[in-house]
Amino acid sequence: MARVKLDNYVVPAAPRLGVRGWLRWIWRQVTSMRVALILLLLLALASIPGSVLPQWPQDAAATRAFLDENPFWGPILDATGFLDVFGSAWFTAIYLLLFASLIGCITPRAIHHYRELRRPVAATPRSLARYDGAGPETVSSTPDDAVEAARAVLRPRAGWVGALRGYRVRVDRRDDGAVALAAETGHVRELGNLVFHASLVLVLVAVAYGTLFTYRGQAIVVEGRSFTNAVAAYDTFSSGALFDASDLDPFTLRLDSLDAEFSDTGRPLHFQANVTFTEPGEDPVAEEIAVNHPLESGDAKIYLQGNGYAPVITVRDAAGEVAFSGPVVFLAQDAAYTSTGVIKVPDVTTGEQLGFKATLYPSFLEGPFAVGSVHPDPANPVIEMLAYTGDLGLDAGVPQNVYRLDESQLSPVQDEDGLPVTLRLALGETVDLPDGLGSVTFEELPRYGAFDLRADPSLPFLLAAAVLTLAGLATSLFASRRKVWVVARTQDGTTVVTGAAYAPAHDAGVGVVLERAMAAAAGRDPAPSAEEREHS
Amino acid sequence: MNPTDLSVMALGGATVLYAIAMVAYAIRLARVADEKVAAKSAAAVPVGAGAPATPASPADEAPAASSPLKRSAKAAGIARSTTLVGALLHGVGLAARGIDAGHVPWSNMYEYTISGSFFAVVAFLILQRRRDVAYLGAGVTGMATIALGLALTVLYKDVDTLPPALQSYWLVIHVSIATIVTGIFAVSFIASALQLMRDSRDRGVRWTGARARFLDAVPAASSLEALSFRLNAVGFVLWTFTVMAGAIWAEHAWGRYWGWDPKEVWSFVIWVLYAAYLHARTTQGWAGRRSAWLAIAGFTALIMNFTVVNLFLQGLHTYAGS
Ligand code: HEM
Repeated sequence: MARVKLDNYVVPAAPRLGVRGWLRWIWRQVTSMRVALILLLLLALASIPGSVLPQWPQDAAATRAFLDENPFWGPILDATGFLDVFGSAWFTAIYLLLFASLIGCITPRAIHHYRELRRPVAATPRSLARYDGAGPETVSSTPDDAVEAARAVLRPRAGWVGALRGYRVRVDRRDDGAVALAAETGHVRELGNLVFHASLVLVLVAVAYGTLFTYRGQAIVVEGRSFTNAVAAYDTFSSGALFDASDLDPFTLRLDSLDAEFSDTGRPLHFQANVTFTEPGEDPVAEEIAVNHPLESGDAKIYLQGNGYAPVITVRDAAGEVAFSGPVVFLAQDAAYTSTGVIKVPDVTTGEQLGFKATLYPSFLEGPFAVGSVHPDPANPVIEMLAYTGDLGLDAGVPQNVYRLDESQLSPVQDEDGLPVTLRLALGETVDLPDGLGSVTFEELPRYGAFDLRADPSLPFLLAAAVLTLAGLATSLFASRRKVWVVARTQDGTTVVTGAAYAPAHDAGVGVVLERAMAAAAGRDPAPSAEEREHS
Repeated sequence: MNPTDLSVMALGGATVLYAIAMVAYAIRLARVADEKVAAKSAAAVPVGAGAPATPASPADEAPAASSPLKRSAKAAGIARSTTLVGALLHGVGLAARGIDAGHVPWSNMYEYTISGSFFAVVAFLILQRRRDVAYLGAGVTGMATIALGLALTVLYKDVDTLPPALQSYWLVIHVSIATIVTGIFAVSFIASALQLMRDSRDRGVRWTGARARFLDAVPAASSLEALSFRLNAVGFVLWTFTVMAGAIWAEHAWGRYWGWDPKEVWSFVIWVLYAAYLHARTTQGWAGRRSAWLAIAGFTALIMNFTVVNLFLQGLHTYAGS
């Protein structure tokens, strides 16, 4: 069987490039503007599914539910990275290619720009006919004086901005006696462009650095209790690959009180945690943490991310002994803070273990058809609960969700008719469990704060890179790139001046500059135009 | 009169004035187009006196020579002044809303719409002071009419206090710039759309035939491209700033500067699309029509971010839909 030569099969006349040739060709393609453009479009397109489909890093619960609801498409989308778009191989490939292209693009341009800066201004073209021109105009001065006057107009302006934006000029005396002025500005535009693109790389590097060294943890603290900063103290904790646990600053944070203000209609107005913050070896200080107002400690910040109620419950067992007593964190389920929680009582002196599934209504109201909370404030707190007996399943060694009751080995406590018993407790009340199983007391209703601690050592660098990006961008888009030429020659005993200018199409101001230079050469007063007012 | 009524009435008045301005601008476009045609055929008369194909009939020509010129100027005058008074009322409505609510009027869709359309009109008015862009007027006032009309009828919300997540000076910085950018991009969107239409007509595309006579009254496609580039350049820098300020705020409020929340995803998509537009302008084969389409795609994404994303996609920015 004949072997197909891939490299010149389709186009027989194409030269054989060889490996190096191919590599060079590929590199040229990758760093071409067209490829950059296509990669940018791909990047935009590839991002969109990340906003439409549920994503693991953003909302794991929703993603799991999506997988359950879509047994066919779910796993396919999951396997192809669509449920974690921004961590997927293809998204990563696009942006890495884009940045490779970017580096390959700006490196040669930076070198070129550096050489360009050191090169003198190019001489005035022999023929100005190709450009937007002015003149010819007959003037009374000599060619030298006319060009000198034009040059004076184009001199750099005062201040460093002026110096950056000013013109570089060159005057040539030609063989035929003509005097030619060439002036150009716009290097700063190119410089801004390079700074902008290079800063994008810096942004990416800063983000990568942050990802490696960051850590964050969540902890729930009930009013009156404290929290000590250590990995084990967090409810959840995650960190970058190069994070070192000994970097944690072992402060303690005591939640003195949590203020939650609501409007009459139950809209949240203000949340604030009043805390006592103690750094090791220092005096405690009173601090406030609010939404949009984190507490800073070293390079970490502590945020108030949520709040809710943690009713203090006491459970006595059949023998009348206190089997459980303490605050139980309830999670709010709606805007009126109807909250659910679970109480697990493994340590009973007699009988089986006890478990409770409870709902708290901060402002309880019983209507004809339903019960509910009408406001998030604790105007009339009531807890309803279902009791269970049996095995809580805590000994299996599997870590358990504290907000969920494993009902597999539990049975609900029932009344004589075999119906589950709903216990209802107002604040301060105690109710007895059926069958002499014991009693439950609703002692107090403190609030808790859900705190999020996060440290990311890359933030100052990221901010600096972002500021550079913005500055480079603004310079590159707003600085003008212009060339202006003025040629004066002696013709039939008088001096004749011709001018021309070149700038990108969107730059309407260049005509004004040319007009000013021509007016100066001719000794006229330039008529101030609307354009000039705009650009001065 | 209480501030609530004042705000709604002023905005209602602005809607009506914008509608009038839109009609006046449209009439002006038609008149200027007539004048151009008349000027062309007038110029053609001495040369082609004996030629058979003179497009305008003599009956049209006689009055057309002098009166449409005045009529277009009159329509332009009406358009200008109604737009200006409309913008004043619009500003009053916005300020009254802000005073009524006790915070800056850009914290929900209703407020975002009334302020975004205000900035679009202001961007247009500023532009108009610097150069003759009356041909954009019909589009800008038309969009403002629709936006205000929708805001007052569908999106209207009574004033309310700010939720804790929005109680930050970053609301003033980040969202105000975002709203201003929306206005600027809206104006440049109209310029790009006109550019594409004009370009199609210049290439003799059929659909733009008889009905698109008004395109005679807009500048050449290359001038429209130059104009929309300048606006997009300003818009892009400000959008970059908006995204950065948003990241700083997110870092303050939620403890992460970027979390690929749907709103953030779309802000990123918009940014990348406009970056692609800027590259396309200087890429062979993409400059001109294709880059204009990219600018239009960018603006479409901006509108999506404000409608579809607010209403249908869940994220931390959910208050935006309220
Ligand atoms: C992360 C990807 C990139 C982004 C976000 C980006 C963004 C931008 C922006 C906003 C501009 C307009 C500013 C200006 O005109 O100075 C621009 C211009 C430019 N970019 Fe990029 N760029 C990226 C990648 C690239 C790559 C890979 C190349 C090389 C192929 C490239 C080459 C250029 C050039 C040559 C200009 C100047 C165009 C002109 O003369 O107007 N960029 N870029």
